[in-house]
Amino acid sequence: MKRVTKLALAGSLLAGLTASGAVQAEPVKIGMITTLSTGAGYLGEDVRDGFLLAVKEEGGKLGGVEVEIMVEDDGRKPGIGKQLADRFLKQEKAEIITGVIFSNVSPVVAPLTLKAGAFYISPNSAPSTFAGAKCHEDYFAVAWQNDSLHESAGIYATDLGYKNAYILAPNYQAGKDSLAGFKRYFKGDIAGELYTKLGQTDYAAEIAKIRAAKPEMVFHFLPGGMGINFLKQYSQAGLIKEIPLVVSSVSMDSRILKAVGDIALGVRSSSHWTGDMDNAANKKFMAGFVETYGRTPTVFASQGYDTAKLIASALKATGGKVLADKDGFRAALKAANFDSVRGEFKFNTNNHPINQWFGRIVAKGPDGKPMNKTVKMVSNGLADAYASACPLK
Amino acid sequence: MVLFIEQLLNGVQLGIFLFLVSAGLTLIFGIMGIINLAHGSLFMVGAFVAATATTASGSFVVGLIAGVAAAGVTGLAMEYFILRHLYHRDHLDQVLATFGIILFANEMVTIIWGRTPLFFNAPDILNGSIELVPGIIYPVYRLFIIAVGIAVAALLYGVITRTRVGMLVRAGATDREMVGALGVNISVLFMALFGFGAMLAGLAGAMAGPLISVEAGMGESQLILSFVVVVIGGMGSLRGAFIGAMLVGIVDTMGRAFIPDLLKLFLPIAEADGLGAGLSSMSIYMLMALVLVIKPSGLFPASSGSH
Repeated sequence: MKRVTKLALAGSLLAGLTASGAVQAEPVKIGMITTLSTGAGYLGEDVRDGFLLAVKEEGGKLGGVEVEIMVEDDGRKPGIGKQLADRFLKQEKAEIITGVIFSNVSPVVAPLTLKAGAFYISPNSAPSTFAGAKCHEDYFAVAWQNDSLHESAGIYATDLGYKNAYILAPNYQAGKDSLAGFKRYFKGDIAGELYTKLGQTDYAAEIAKIRAAKPEMVFHFLPGGMGINFLKQYSQAGLIKEIPLVVSSVSMDSRILKAVGDIALGVRSSSHWTGDMDNAANKKFMAGFVETYGRTPTVFASQGYDTAKLIASALKATGGKVLADKDGFRAALKAANFDSVRGEFKFNTNNHPINQWFGRIVAKGPDGKPMNKTVKMVSNGLADAYASACPLK
Repeated sequence: MVLFIEQLLNGVQLGIFLFLVSAGLTLIFGIMGIINLAHGSLFMVGAFVAATATTASGSFVVGLIAGVAAAGVTGLAMEYFILRHLYHRDHLDQVLATFGIILFANEMVTIIWGRTPLFFNAPDILNGSIELVPGIIYPVYRLFIIAVGIAVAALLYGVITRTRVGMLVRAGATDREMVGALGVNISVLFMALFGFGAMLAGLAGAMAGPLISVEAGMGESQLILSFVVVVIGGMGSLRGAFIGAMLVGIVDTMGRAFIPDLLKLFLPIAEADGLGAGLSSMSIYMLMALVLVIKPSGLFPASSGSH
């Protein structure tokens, strides 16, 4: 059934493109390199669907300009990302590259894009590499800088009054960055720190260690399936009431919630966006997404949608010129003159957003099913730690 | 000391679970001589169908039965349509074909169920934990897995050593051609064996559902571990699979539990964390290498005429 709606959407997009393509010049080509397979495939799926929703709203256009969106799966592999970037940039002459989810793919795709003179606009991955001294005027991150996801969890945990925390993450760069980010803003002590295998399924040993350490709370960075594995086992060990979890949004998105159900009640997380945010753009997005795809959007879908809206605002400002008017397009991107689903939106000097961050808790929604409810704002504008090293103004 | 015992118990539990996953694999590999990379896909089918049936019926038992049955049927279909034609082919051909099945199965599962991991929690009666001895609080569901695993091991042991079918299976493992020459219908025996192996994988998948994320591709990480178990235990030997699974479970758990702390005694904390995590994830592969150096065909090889 879901397949059918997708096909119908693709069909209508295609029809829109060809019908009006006859009267107008070449559409602006946008290459989307994202992760659609592997256990993390739903991340890319939501970024793509959020992005395409914005295109669909305008009947195949962004900012009144014809666009052609080419979507491909990188399988979370840098090598495939490189091949796709080469193809999009050289053969297809894409003017904008977007879509990358993972921070092992972006360090390959972003430099290729910038070297080819095109714009790189990330809906998700934003490693520290491109936020500090090696920032670039044509590189934009719409979601956040990676660290701030976890920094905001540290702020929230401090705000909740926890005196010590047990922290764990997978043993790879993004995992290490996450723990560093949490510690940067958490004012309590660290009761224990643990690295796990990437893609680990059994957490019995780690959970026994947490129980023995008796911390006040646990922070982890276990997105997707890993987070589901951990949460199920943590709940069965009877710890979820005793030692509460405070995590970042990616470790407690709406798909994880759907998979674990009631056992997630009481889990706290920090996020720059939540489905219940009260602004017109978000209400339109939520209604449109549910109607089009028949499911609740995750935070990733909101980022895909915002990315498309940002591009739309810049295309509108330049009248559809991208590489033909690089300075104009760049300035329009940086101005970020669009209605973001997260309310306020502004870029820092290093082209990474200064987000407001909110504390959330999983509670029963109006339909009796668990959902993330916004509790309070924990940061009214969190700038990342690297912006000062970036020479851009 | 209490923590040590608890971690040991965790290791045993992981071992029992790995035995459930690898029992079918070792039977199929050792007796039929088929390398079935798609064993993990059968595990996945078991988990998905069990999750769906549990949600639909509200009964975990119905879910378990449906998961096991679905994996069995899928296994029979796999044997009949694909593997049957590869018995006399090279192992590499089998690897290629069964790898293809993995890709097909993952994509099929995504088409049918979508990319959102399925909801599947343990029934209330198995949720929560009990205090075994003062200080050791243990999840009921993990005890349930230990009980089921031991029951399956006992059943398999009984069937293999005490029944006529078991005798044929043992004979087949020793010399496949000769069993056929003696008038046993090998193709029926193989099909039944493959179906049974698939059901064991399905049982493991259905049992794992409440512990891990039910998502496309969930079988692959289990597959790698179960191959390690089979290689350590000796191909085709159930006893080997049991001992191998226990060793892997205990070494893996103890490694994750204690290596980083041990390293902290004589290394700076930051280095100990990184190195400890690396070492503990390598521990089972080091165990495998060690076993292969001392006993190249595994701890309890079931000698086969065809190898």
